[in-house]
Amino acid sequence: MELEAAKMIGAGLAAIALAGAGVGIGLIFGNYLSGAMRNPSAAQKQFPNLLLGFALAEATGLFGLVVALIILFAF
Amino acid sequence: MAGNNPMHQFEVHKIGPEIKIAGVDLSFTNASLFMVLSALAICLVLFLGTKEKRLIPNKMQLISELFYNFIAKMISDTAGSKAKPYFPFIFSLFMFVLFCNMLGMLPYSFTVTSHIIVTLLMAIFIFIAVTIIGFIKHGFGYLKLFVPSGVPIVLLPLITVIEIISYLSRPVSLSVRLFANMMAGHTMLKVFGGFVISLGVIGGWLPLSFSVALTGLEILVAFLQAYVFAILTCIYLNDALNLHH
Repeated sequence: MELEAAKMIGAGLAAIALAGAGVGIGLIFGNYLSGAMRNPSAAQKQFPNLLLGFALAEATGLFGLVVALIILFAF
Repeated sequence: MAGNNPMHQFEVHKIGPEIKIAGVDLSFTNASLFMVLSALAICLVLFLGTKEKRLIPNKMQLISELFYNFIAKMISDTAGSKAKPYFPFIFSLFMFVLFCNMLGMLPYSFTVTSHIIVTLLMAIFIFIAVTIIGFIKHGFGYLKLFVPSGVPIVLLPLITVIEIISYLSRPVSLSVRLFANMMAGHTMLKVFGGFVISLGVIGGWLPLSFSVALTGLEILVAFLQAYVFAILTCIYLNDALNLHH
């Protein structure tokens, strides 16, 4: 296989990491929402934790993007 | 063709004359310009906010007090009262990252934090500082951080190795998170902007509305990443100051 084509395929495969990030972000917001519906008075206090979890989950997907960019541009 | 490349916005180019000291290129670039601009903007906001100290604050004073209280509360919530001496450091870190991210949201500007060297420098500084603080406060007892209590003795070697790897990967994850978020967001905005041009007057409205929504999301992300950067610094400081294990 041509090296250029293999690079493109590899970069595309690295983007699959975003599926995990999607699952993670969905779980965080879904669980926050269901918890907040059960006990609305405790919801406000957990809002910073929600943002932290969102950012941490999103970052793992972006690591996949970084791998894709390294494959495309660094090699 | 350069105008259509979504990576074109991240190019660093020199402004003014080339300065070389001992073979190292120290020229003033657009990255340095935006770092100076964000530092000046922070000084301006805080100076105007604290110029006349009123009991009933005006708008600028309210903004500065908001920033101050936000960071002070975050530090006391996550790292406890022992972390109070590190308030100036974390405050300047948060403000610098926030203003760099926000200045990057202006059209035709340059995002300093979308370059990994900038974020990696900050992350390595934090990592080394936290390690030194930990060893000063606890001596060699700081190494207990890698040996969690309540773990079965069979699993202990494995857990220790994992803890050491996770400790050493802190600067990488801290810097890559900020850099990747900023770079991915700005690339995405540029790609959607390109769709607007290529689809023309009739079809361009859909990507344009997406573009507007994405700009809102990017402003949220710009704030959120500055917040996460600061709060993770607090969490690392908490590990060094209050050894729990």
